Amino acid sequence: MENENLISVVHFCDCHGIEFSFIHSLQDYGLVEIKQVDEQEYFETEVLQNVESLVRLHQELGVNLEGIDVISNLLQRIKLLQQQLTKMQNQLSFYD
Amino acid sequence: MDFIDYYKVLEIDKSAKEADIKKAYRKLARKYHPDLNPNDDSAKKRFQQINEANEVLSDPEKRAKYDKYGKDWQHADEFEKAQQQYQYQGQPFGGSSGWQDTGGGYSDNDFSDFFEHMFGGASGRGGSGGRVKFRGQDINAELQLKLSDVFTTQKQTVTVNGKNIRLTIPAGVENGQTIKIAGYGGEGMNGGPKGDLYITFNIINDTDFKRDGSNLYKTIELDLYTAILGGEVIVDTLSGKVRLKVPEGTQNESKVKLKGKGFPVYKMEGEFGDLYLTYKVKIPTHLSERQKELFKELQNLSKDGK
Repeated sequence: MENENLISVVHFCDCHGIEFSFIHSLQDYGLVEIKQVDEQEYFETEVLQNVESLVRLHQELGVNLEGIDVISNLLQRIKLLQQQLTKMQNQLSFYD
Repeated sequence: MDFIDYYKVLEIDKSAKEADIKKAYRKLARKYHPDLNPNDDSAKKRFQQINEANEVLSDPEKRAKYDKYGKDWQHADEFEKAQQQYQYQGQPFGGSSGWQDTGGGYSDNDFSDFFEHMFGGASGRGGSGGRVKFRGQDINAELQLKLSDVFTTQKQTVTVNGKNIRLTIPAGVENGQTIKIAGYGGEGMNGGPKGDLYITFNIINDTDFKRDGSNLYKTIELDLYTAILGGEVIVDTLSGKVRLKVPEGTQNESKVKLKGKGFPVYKMEGEFGDLYLTYKVKIPTHLSERQKELFKELQNLSKDGK
């Protein structure tokens, strides 16, 4: 929160009661990008919603990191498919 | 307010043991968790029902009350005094299972009226066992607009959760498109940022154009004589009337492209798609005798009949 576009990883972990290592593991899996500013770790507010979702999957559903990675990929594919579906539906209305 | 069969919600028998309830809850929560079913309101609702059922059935006291008075919920207030004084401890969802409230990621996660009546307000729910919510809730809303409205950039004031929000809707927005209005969601907690507002547009076509992205399509009826001899037609576009020359011998289903007469390109100021016109040649019917004679004469003049 030190910068309006950046969220401190330490602050985020405190607020969500999660281990610092969990966020680092997410980074290792390529699920979050951590930035270093003045030797402090941050991620962008843009990705906050996604990181919170990953934390919930872990905390609430007990999904491990491999599972989170698989789910993230599948959700991304669902999102793309939904976008394509909307586009196709719009095109389909062309023939109504 | 209807009776809710929590056993049915968790797909278990009334004789289910604590472990069975926990197992059923986890299985269904994994299936309907909102993070796994984005933009699916029915899954979110189901998830809330599952949480509510678990809240009741995993708590021996609540389960006892529910089993005793559930179907007769209107008289549940007469439950033993000791039970009336029962204080909701504010456990997170799942009670001893350790599963927690879904946190700040979802909105509209209140318990049903039935639950509120049976067990009073879920006073402890917001606390979620001390879990701190960080970011405000995201709010999803749908806005219905006419196609003719989104031909130009719109300024609209919408009311979301009692707050008026002035929106600028760029021209050319697509049906089904979702835009994010950052910082217009729920309030953050402990200094956290506000959530975002997501607006999905439902665009009703109130024109006789068909739209594909920024291109528009329209069928124009052309009388036979203009198609054969050529002439002019006046065509309505979304930006006004256009006079169009029709060349001699225009075939049925032939197409004409009017460059830049289509729909605005989203967030590309001053750029427009194209308008495609398809000529549909109208064959005259109910001909007079004289007209028939003339057509026969024409037929005879054309040796091969074409």
